[in-house]
Amino acid sequence: MSVLHFDAARLPAHCQELRKEVRAFLASEIAAVVFDPDRAEVGSTNADAFARHVGARGWIGMTWPKQYGGQERSFLERYVVTEEMRIANAPVRRFFVADRQSGPTLIRYANEKIKQDILPRIVRGELCFCIGMSEPNSGSDLFAARTKASKTEGGWLINGTKVWISSAHHADYMIGLFRTSSSTKENRRHGLTSFLVDMKTSGITCKSIGQMSGQRDFNEVIFENAFIPDDHVIGEVDGAWKQATSELAYERSGPERFLETYRALLAFVKVAGERPDVRMTVGLGRLVAQLHTLRRMSVSVAGMLEAGREPIVEAAIVKDLGTVWEQGLPHRVRELAAFLDLDEEDEDAFQDNLAFELKIAPKLTIQGGTTEILRGIIARGLGLR
Amino acid sequence: MSSSESLVVETAARMFANLADPQTIVQKRSDAWKNTLWSSLQEIGLNVAWVSESLGGGGASLSEGFDVIRETGRAALAAPLAETLLAGWLLACARVAAPSGPMSVAPVRPKDHLILDEAGRINGRARRVPFAREAEHLAVIASGPDGLVVALVRRTDCKLNFGENLSGEPRDTVEFENVLPMACEKALELGQRGKDALLFMGAAVRAQQIAGALDKVLELTVRYSMERVAFGKPISKFQAVQHNLARLGGEVAAAAAAAASAADAIAETGLDGEAALLEIAAAKIRSGEAAEAGSGIAHQVHGAIGYTDEHVLHRFTLRMLSWRDEVGDETFWCLKLGEFIAARGSAELWPLLASR
Repeated sequence: MSVLHFDAARLPAHCQELRKEVRAFLASEIAAVVFDPDRAEVGSTNADAFARHVGARGWIGMTWPKQYGGQERSFLERYVVTEEMRIANAPVRRFFVADRQSGPTLIRYANEKIKQDILPRIVRGELCFCIGMSEPNSGSDLFAARTKASKTEGGWLINGTKVWISSAHHADYMIGLFRTSSSTKENRRHGLTSFLVDMKTSGITCKSIGQMSGQRDFNEVIFENAFIPDDHVIGEVDGAWKQATSELAYERSGPERFLETYRALLAFVKVAGERPDVRMTVGLGRLVAQLHTLRRMSVSVAGMLEAGREPIVEAAIVKDLGTVWEQGLPHRVRELAAFLDLDEEDEDAFQDNLAFELKIAPKLTIQGGTTEILRGIIARGLGLR
Repeated sequence: MSSSESLVVETAARMFANLADPQTIVQKRSDAWKNTLWSSLQEIGLNVAWVSESLGGGGASLSEGFDVIRETGRAALAAPLAETLLAGWLLACARVAAPSGPMSVAPVRPKDHLILDEAGRINGRARRVPFAREAEHLAVIASGPDGLVVALVRRTDCKLNFGENLSGEPRDTVEFENVLPMACEKALELGQRGKDALLFMGAAVRAQQIAGALDKVLELTVRYSMERVAFGKPISKFQAVQHNLARLGGEVAAAAAAAASAADAIAETGLDGEAALLEIAAAKIRSGEAAEAGSGIAHQVHGAIGYTDEHVLHRFTLRMLSWRDEVGDETFWCLKLGEFIAARGSAELWPLLASR
């Protein structure tokens, strides 16, 4: 009947039990000053410590096979862990990329030796991954990548530059996309290969790139004859484009795709008090209705994924609507906050927090697949391409 | 198996398509189709689907009823089936048996009140009652000397002032002047929402109808974009059009998810409880927003032809826009939800959302 499916899936009771455990854990981390939910920035040592603590609880790679250190728990359980971490503003940056993307890619395409070596260390919270896709002239159009991997004795030599790579300066490994052949007339996607790159390899330099948000998480990663051994090829040489995209549905539809600026809403509810004036109340009701709907859509997609379906279009819709919403959220909060009457100190604190959310807002519809790319995917799903 | 595949729902959808296709009934210029449709609905008990078998109803589950109601939206059904289901449900809350024939409910506006006096007569005025003039009976909530009652009233015992919604459907003012109800019982099963229970249930119903209509609008609009040629190719090949259609898909999805979630919440735990307020208010608000955004895109893609009287598109879009206004518009529900969230405080916001 309908093209789009969004059943009213609910998280099962055992997930809500797990949620309590995660909350208790996060509360103890906050109490131990590992991180502060009201401060976005967390020092390097604490981010490392947090990753190990989460690993010790078995919440990194929790859906992965037991033979690699995973727990073989459900994606719905992982969903709960992800959303509680996001809501608490926990410093997940050391392990989240590996948990969400790099680990599943390795499980699917890496050789056994690498899986045995690396996956258990990710699970323990010891390894940080970054993703090496973008280049100065290749962003959304991944197949324009030019950084070259040339065949040499026993491996490959990499030359070129990747840019806007989050966490590269802390990362132990990168999963990068490099050109191993030219594209062909018939297939412009041909010729790219995925590699596992040890970031300590000589010939790799990271240069920090400042961001408009004041963060310094981006890097330019320069490769000068960096040697990657043969067994670090991930999947098929020249055939990275075939490697797929089923993980993308997880990546696109998770709670992190609409909760990134949640703290702007939370701060507003806090300062607005129990009986805000009618304009603020109406505005608040609307934002909560929109947020609830996004979450229900996201849980619905999680339910489909858990049931073994491939809701590619639905996942793209969640990310499109979710990121546009979270991008607008600090702006909507700002409009409502105009009706507040705070004393100077509270006002400054509120505005300082809001300023951070306003500054990160532009990236939300770019990272991990732009709005335009997503709408192309949705259009294809509707039969238009 | 999801409930959307149920036989009742399929049968209903087929019946709407065969007997009440919006284009066909408009061209017929006669109301004869209404009788045919209604006797077919009654044959399989769809009109009283939400009435338990002990009260002479079809005894369908709440979720099945909501699925049928979504189909009334998908079909832009120009008959009060959703209202009749709602009336049957309301009567059942006071253990009043449902009569046959089309029904409607009152009051449907948050500001309207009906009073049951000491003599057992109903007074007051309910505005914009859907399909009142086509209903044989009205199920009403009134405040009596001993609390809330649900009453069954003959429509011919009331005075009507005709009105219409955007789509030309009857939305009549019903004047109750010393109306003696056919049956009147204490509203024992309405729960803690009291009089508002009808608004809560009605909001979930309208959200389902909007979701259904939007789904059909997406189908119509995608198909039209592939047929319509401009600048030498189907307009579906233009990226600007594709992106608009993708946005339409998002709105359709949001309305569907929000409405399905609210219907599920009601089926699982009823109208009482904090979660029901969040679920129902969110469904009505978000589907209302989707109605605006979705109808805007659909008309844009259709161009001039969609604006013409003979094209079917407006039968869906104007109904969606009208359903937004009914049983509490977005502003009403935003205020209700906002008051609730603010009063609970910031620490309770996420736990509430996460509990769903």
